[in-house]
Amino acid sequence: MSDSSNTIETIANQEYKWGFVSDIEADAIPRGLSEDVVRLIAAKKHEPEWLLEWRLKAYRHWLTMTEPTWANVHYPKIDYQDIIYYAAPKSKKDAPKSLGEVDPELLRTYEKLGIPLKEREILAGVAVDAVFDSVSVATTFKAKLKDMGVIFGSFSEAVQEYPDLVKQYLGTVVPSSDNFFAALNSAVFSDGSFCYVPKGVRCPMELSTYFRINAKDTGQFERTLIIADDGAYVSYLEGCTAPMRDTNQLHAAVVELVALDRAQIKYSTVQNWYPGDKNGKGGIYNFVTKRGACRGVNSKISWTQVETGSAITWKYPSCLLIGDHSVGEFYSVALTNNYQQADTGTKMIHIGKNTTSTIVSKGISAGHGQNTYRGGVKILKNATGARNYSQCDSMLLGDQCGAHTFPYLEVKNTSSQVEHEASTSKIGEDQIFYCRQRGISSEDAVSMIVHGFCKEVFRELPMEFAVEAQKLLGVSLEGSVG
Amino acid sequence: MALLEIKDLHATVGEREILKGINLKVNAGEVHAIMGPNGSGKSTLAQVLAGRELYHVTGGEVTYDGKDLLALSPEDRAREGIFLAFQYPVEIPGVSNMYFLKAALNTIRKHHDLPELDAMDFLERIREKMSAMNMDQTLLNRPVNTGFSGGEKKRNEIFQMAVLEPRLAILDETDSGLDIDALKLVAAGVNAMRSADRAMVVVTHYQRLLSEIVPDFVHVLAEGRIVKSGGKELALELEEGGYAALGLQDEAEAVSKA
Repeated sequence: MSDSSNTIETIANQEYKWGFVSDIEADAIPRGLSEDVVRLIAAKKHEPEWLLEWRLKAYRHWLTMTEPTWANVHYPKIDYQDIIYYAAPKSKKDAPKSLGEVDPELLRTYEKLGIPLKEREILAGVAVDAVFDSVSVATTFKAKLKDMGVIFGSFSEAVQEYPDLVKQYLGTVVPSSDNFFAALNSAVFSDGSFCYVPKGVRCPMELSTYFRINAKDTGQFERTLIIADDGAYVSYLEGCTAPMRDTNQLHAAVVELVALDRAQIKYSTVQNWYPGDKNGKGGIYNFVTKRGACRGVNSKISWTQVETGSAITWKYPSCLLIGDHSVGEFYSVALTNNYQQADTGTKMIHIGKNTTSTIVSKGISAGHGQNTYRGGVKILKNATGARNYSQCDSMLLGDQCGAHTFPYLEVKNTSSQVEHEASTSKIGEDQIFYCRQRGISSEDAVSMIVHGFCKEVFRELPMEFAVEAQKLLGVSLEGSVG
Repeated sequence: MALLEIKDLHATVGEREILKGINLKVNAGEVHAIMGPNGSGKSTLAQVLAGRELYHVTGGEVTYDGKDLLALSPEDRAREGIFLAFQYPVEIPGVSNMYFLKAALNTIRKHHDLPELDAMDFLERIREKMSAMNMDQTLLNRPVNTGFSGGEKKRNEIFQMAVLEPRLAILDETDSGLDIDALKLVAAGVNAMRSADRAMVVVTHYQRLLSEIVPDFVHVLAEGRIVKSGGKELALELEEGGYAALGLQDEAEAVSKA
């Protein structure tokens, strides 16, 4: 066997570096889902009646739905009665007021992940709303944000402190009946982040959340809602890693973004849930609904994602371009290695006049990984002057992986312009040899070639995230090239 | 001691034996031309010396600077000063030519315990070499070989060679696909690199390159063996009489260079 296929194997054989289970007792409710469980979750979180009703409506609708099968992914049937729908770390009971009060075990877990909250707080100027299992345990920089009128914190807190805002926007972008997983999330969502940036305020720091699955067999149902009012700007970073375990875990999050007149929301994700071992055992099922509504004129929503984790990814961050001259963007790098499967892409729905959207998707497949881009561009009748540009590139490492592209296009307005470009390439043995002949090692060569391939997407990430993303890509591919 | 010494080298690709006992000695300061009909094994020899894994060495030995060359990985060979100017330079989309070359130079420097160069020092160092090879800034900022014309690719190879300053340069059909002006430019770049402590092995099918890069020795390779060696006049003989004058067939379609 040639050396480069050896390298590919070595990188592919790299174990998940962040696989560990931290030793914290979880306050969990019994397995299974019923109206009682929904009521129990709402009660534990002391939610108002309207929210309970909203959850129950979602639950009842969910019962009538069937799990979607159109995605190009394969997994054993999920037993929804075998999932624990709520777990809170014990430390929540003592309600830590500052990092000093946080369970040191929790802090150590973050340290292992390379996310020292304290350092981040001081050095990076990032406000971190850390989600450990289902309840936020630490929120920082709140005071400074509050001075500017920015509301940023856990979803649960927002429900208690700003119920009117939550009620006004919750489910208006992703209705509770939107799809099977969104309905499930709406019924049982545990916690997540909430952010409101008032009129004319430019949020002075990148907002960041680190999600983490910890308690065994606990589904994670995060719910995030971000609203940027007239002329506001916010950049939100979401990153996650998960500990190693054997049984598959369901993760069905919902993210809703609302951009009003002239508002801009930049949402960046680095997703590194446990992908399963090299034989395809274990790993997270990441079935996520993310959607943003550009409601106002000249509003803009940008999704940037680097997806390297999860056994299965089912995710289509989308934009509803309602306001005239609104802009939607989607930049994505999705990497599948070993037996990972990803079916990801976006939907750009052009409703307002002179709306524009840009889609840049980079799929990388290694090992036995299967990578699907699925994108929809829809230009409605009244969207005069709408424009879309899509570029979907796939890269293959080795000969046992797959890349698939399904672009859907629906144009109902003749004045619109739509462009689509696609390519598939293979990291060739000749490219690697060329680099090696210039003194560059195989691993550095692959990393260089892959980074070159993803450059247009990394450019869209905030600086510190770009560095992390590059590292992650390197780690995810380690050993897959020699 | 010779810089490069090849003894009875045999190599195969798949089931097929291509090199059938090559013997060659190259001293520092010398330029050797390897000529031969298509399919004689010229490019294979170049690739085997650079460490291409597609080819399997089945016998013989190669000593480079007193070391067992065949035991070194391709990158270590490069770091030890072996440079192959590719017949078909490879495209690397998204990776700038400049970044690539800086990474290459720095890994080689690191290997020799020299400090790495930052972007400014690097630029300073390559400026003169850029103008010599008529490489403008835009060509440096473009992705490696991506969208380059044939001539630009070959110029880029020689430019890389000038920057990396190898001790043994192997030029594989550097003249192929070049018009006469480009050929002269490339040859001038190569000639500027000739020095007493650097050796070159120039692989070519045609004599025309050798009027520009005048070799000290010429070897004729046929069916995996060196069948004739001589001075620069041997190339002229071949020019006049063709390979047929030596009783050799030019098997145009012989071996895929894969």
